[in-house]
Amino acid sequence: MLDQLTAEAAITAARPALETVGHARWVRVSHWLLTASILVLAFSGFVILMAHPRLYWGETGNNLTPALIELPISRNHRHGGWVDPEPIGGPPSAISANRTYSIFNQNGWGRSLHFLAAWFVVVPGAFYVVAGLVSGHFRRHLWPRLRESRPRIFWAELINHLRLKVPTATGGPDYGLLQKCAYCGVVFVAMPLAVLSGLAMSPTVAAAYPFLQGVLGGFQSARTIHFFTFVAIMLFAIAHVIMVIASGFRRQMRGMTMGR
Amino acid sequence: MIAGVGAAGGLLVPGYIKGLPPTYGHILRMGDNLTYSAQRILLPSRRAVREYSHKDISSFPAIGTTDPASPHIPNRSDAYGPLRKGGFGDWRLSVEGLVARPGTYSLADLKRFPSRTQITRHTCEEGWSAIAEWTGVPLARVLEAAGMLPTARWVNFYSFDQWADSIDLHDALHPQTLLAYGMNGRDLPVPHGAPVRLRVETQLGYKSIKFLQRIVVNDTFDDGGKNGNIQNGWSWYAGI
Repeated sequence: MLDQLTAEAAITAARPALETVGHARWVRVSHWLLTASILVLAFSGFVILMAHPRLYWGETGNNLTPALIELPISRNHRHGGWVDPEPIGGPPSAISANRTYSIFNQNGWGRSLHFLAAWFVVVPGAFYVVAGLVSGHFRRHLWPRLRESRPRIFWAELINHLRLKVPTATGGPDYGLLQKCAYCGVVFVAMPLAVLSGLAMSPTVAAAYPFLQGVLGGFQSARTIHFFTFVAIMLFAIAHVIMVIASGFRRQMRGMTMGR
Repeated sequence: MIAGVGAAGGLLVPGYIKGLPPTYGHILRMGDNLTYSAQRILLPSRRAVREYSHKDISSFPAIGTTDPASPHIPNRSDAYGPLRKGGFGDWRLSVEGLVARPGTYSLADLKRFPSRTQITRHTCEEGWSAIAEWTGVPLARVLEAAGMLPTARWVNFYSFDQWADSIDLHDALHPQTLLAYGMNGRDLPVPHGAPVRLRVETQLGYKSIKFLQRIVVNDTFDDGGKNGNIQNGWSWYAGI
């Protein structure tokens, strides 16, 4: 009990003095543009994944090779519809076979929508990162401060968040340690990884910059990493919305739309 | 970078820059053109794709048309069956359009060109990938022999299973773009496009069309009509 009290006192002490300013206009515009683009990417990415709901590690993976993970998300999952297997040269395990069934495939629009939405993440995302660095937004609001960077504060905030005991919304960027860690994780780790693993899957980009697939462990590894960054970003989005509601939905929405 | 993106962004307005694939006012096709232009403007040109070793050769599904003579498919070919029965001895590849010496090439003619063998990864738009060894003649050699004219901009391909597709000169003259007649040290099997298929290693698998019949060099873009990608709702550019 005493431990928790002191932890909460430490959190309060570490929190910067309440700022009266809300979110900057460029933060609000970037936030909603990126939100819309990421949701379109998640949707179209899922449609693309439905065409081949199997994930692999390495360079190659297809219906004639074992999968790392099989996702039960379309009729293409565990169809078993391949005939006339025959060796095709190369190692003895290498075979070819014909498909006997018509697969679910909406990649014609799915892929094009995905890549169009990707432009609306890469361009506003690059603007957001540059503006965040230049304006000092990252340094002042997003990057954890030295005095608050203690495991005890982190754990105490984590437990409070799991109990939905979060500070009342102020409508501005005065974030707690856990919040900062989550935002930094999305901005500096998950999103860059999503973009890089996405680019690594492009044949032309991979030809121009072979190290991309190299560091990610191959084409199929990049695809698997791309999928798990999507899962991480979606889990963040769900947690983010829950915390927005728990801390005062109307106040938070006003802060991120009108900036006050 | 910003200038490049800005320049590419201007291409979203259809008609401003001539010679791009048509969009028919479709927002997704405009996005395809933006990506195509951006990759051509921003990326170093004509880098080779990675080549693998013999032990990396993997299983390889045969999808799409696996036999153009099959009576069960709407895009069947009456000519293909007899050609296959004759071991493709009567097969001819026609090379026409903006070339000084239009003509036809038999399988033996193509094999007389210096060959190239490469072990590369085939990446399907569905999400799977496979590695195989391809042997064939670089398309650039054939275009050179046919005397491609300086006004040429696009190379169109027509197949026995009634596909039409095209690539730009950037990819057509890429040293790894092949007219492939061999796979994994054997003759190209029928399900993989016998006797000759295209290999465009810098784009997704669907650009490497199988069962080649005719090559036409153009100066204006031809979307292939109802047999092409665009009018079927697919991106013409698949370098992404």
